[in-house]
Amino acid sequence: METNFIYSLLGNNLLGYLAVCILPLVFLIVYALVAILGELKIGAFMQDRLGPMRTGPWGTIQPIAEVVKLLQKENITPDAASKFLFNLAPFIIFTAAFAAFAVIPFSPKFVPSGINLGLFYIFAIGSFAVIGIFMGGWASNNKYSLLGAVRSVAQIISYEIPAGMAILSIAALAGTLDMNEIITKQSGWFTNWYIFGGSGSALRILFLPFTFGIFVIYLIASLAETNRTPFDIPEGESEIVAGYHTEYSGMKFAMFFFAEYANMFVVSALLTIMFFGGWNSPFGDFMSGPIWAVVWFLGKSMSFIFLQIWLRWTLPRLRVDQLMYTGWKVLLPISFVCFFAIALLAMLK
Amino acid sequence: MGERKIIEYDFGKVATERMRVNVGPQHPSTHGVLRLEVELEGEIVTEVVPHIGYLHRCFEKYAEEKTYPQVIPYIDRLDYISSMNNEWPYVMGMEKLLGIEVPERVEYIRVIFAELNRIANHQIAVATFGMDAGAFTPFLYFFRDREMILSLFERASGGRLLYNYYWIGGLAADVPPTFKEECLNIVKTVRKTNAEIDNLLIYNKIFIERAANVGILPADVAINYACSGPVLRGSGVPFDLRKSEPYSIYNRFDFNVQVGKGEVGTVGDCWDRNIVRMREMEESCKIIEQAVVQMPDEGNVQEKLPKKIKPAAGEIYCKAENPKGELGFYIVSDGTAKPYRVKCRPTSFVNLSVLPEISKGYMIADLILILGSVDIVLGEVDR
Repeated sequence: METNFIYSLLGNNLLGYLAVCILPLVFLIVYALVAILGELKIGAFMQDRLGPMRTGPWGTIQPIAEVVKLLQKENITPDAASKFLFNLAPFIIFTAAFAAFAVIPFSPKFVPSGINLGLFYIFAIGSFAVIGIFMGGWASNNKYSLLGAVRSVAQIISYEIPAGMAILSIAALAGTLDMNEIITKQSGWFTNWYIFGGSGSALRILFLPFTFGIFVIYLIASLAETNRTPFDIPEGESEIVAGYHTEYSGMKFAMFFFAEYANMFVVSALLTIMFFGGWNSPFGDFMSGPIWAVVWFLGKSMSFIFLQIWLRWTLPRLRVDQLMYTGWKVLLPISFVCFFAIALLAMLK
Repeated sequence: MGERKIIEYDFGKVATERMRVNVGPQHPSTHGVLRLEVELEGEIVTEVVPHIGYLHRCFEKYAEEKTYPQVIPYIDRLDYISSMNNEWPYVMGMEKLLGIEVPERVEYIRVIFAELNRIANHQIAVATFGMDAGAFTPFLYFFRDREMILSLFERASGGRLLYNYYWIGGLAADVPPTFKEECLNIVKTVRKTNAEIDNLLIYNKIFIERAANVGILPADVAINYACSGPVLRGSGVPFDLRKSEPYSIYNRFDFNVQVGKGEVGTVGDCWDRNIVRMREMEESCKIIEQAVVQMPDEGNVQEKLPKKIKPAAGEIYCKAENPKGELGFYIVSDGTAKPYRVKCRPTSFVNLSVLPEISKGYMIADLILILGSVDIVLGEVDR
């Protein structure tokens, strides 16, 4: 199946490759601006205030103003920092976040790189960011940064295991790691989504608690992996100022910022793909097709972005030992139980 | 195959390098320019040394150079969150020193404004405590309501933060005509928001996990450190100057002294200190409701006083229940127009002294919460 409309448009040449690379980047920038505005405005709505109102109509230009501000700022490198590593870290983090976009199926006709190990690839490349975070935190030569980096590494590594169990469960259900294939297997009505056990035998009703459970586990783990509230401990403002990016300013700070938003989208996209049928329409053939697919996919993903923003403005922050407790002693055993149940379901099908 | 050797290894004794971290004076959650020198072992706090004095403004020395009424604006700047309450013990002491009685209407207005300011102070205390725990939204809900109280203060005194409203022998000005309705309106809003905050923050599972069983202050330690206010009451000691030594007209009102009961953890933990503040807002609402009904509609708000206030030589210590605890002024008069000495018994300073005692052995995230639960204002700590 041809999974990339750009190659059929421009051909398999350098121009085509370039276009395939640039398109997700353009999408990422536009999405980040929208998400920043969403964060500001949704936060304002929940807190009974207006949010930005002066820059452009209803404050819509505010994210652009913020990016311009960050671009203009001086790039400060602390004297005592390890300069090479300090400057390298933001790029590693951003690269890791952006590389995940290579396999995200926006539509049946557009996957930047249609490799058959998509899920595994995202999982692997997601772990890559830890190196950047630790590099940045340690190279800053700041005690707050170091504390933040240590917390972050501990957090991401612990929560990768329940997240991995969730991915494994989906792999067992779908029998493949290819993103587009996983989505294709969930086509039809929304009852065929993997959160409802996927298509097939009526027996899946019995497994509903497990599929739903593994969804919740992945949701929690993904919040922890993107350092969002209630797991924003690595950058816990009230304790360690800004965690691993305390010393960063200007464009290097913006890189961290972009990476965080990119990661938010990646986990939302994964939730959509693994549990909510990806680009499938919820109502069978109603509004399906490659163009509608993009709408469905972005719509579902953005709902999860909204959920993350909502949680951020509602919940307090956990403490670092409580985070570890939740990860190892609550999520991990439950995820194992869910995995075994789902594996049973996959066998019965 | 040799014999298996069992290696005993006590992981508690693994030597790790301790890290000394400066928390403050520029830090998002030291509530002002407080510097805490913290020694950390990993994430565990082993030692806390508060360094104060970044906001020292020589209040007591200034007071010796000013006439008696001129001291009041400096008192406003001590605990700038609850200026109305600060002024009260000073003017009350001066009135006792001069031997004058204030009109009844003045007493009622003073009670109402002091209780409103208590609500405003506790709102900030709970709000910042929530923010230290990472919950940002309740902070803004409280600030929205505090706005109503501040605008009422502004219409009465002209100031939004520093009022200079309680004068020796009365008040700076009369209250606005719609005073009573506005007070009742504020009480209604405060109750509504507090019910909301109970759901959103106070009984939130994560918040309880964070605040309960943390920073436990036993009652005897609290008494030994001379703590007062919600910090003392959070440890279960029902000591409130309004009840135990009623000053002004507090014996006319029906209200309870709220104490920490260890509802979700141990008596005297951060959650208890916080819940005492939440419940005290409700008690203040009760007092305001009663005072608004009893308050005379008409009347003088300023006693006639000589132009130059010259109390006879003598001394007095006058104290009142501030939102943060017992605030007292020791005034020495030598018969001139300027006080010989004004010594302040600061609440926050005394309460802060217990911090190193109760924060050892907890994590750095807890230290911030414990500091937030003690509720200090650096303006008063440093004076």
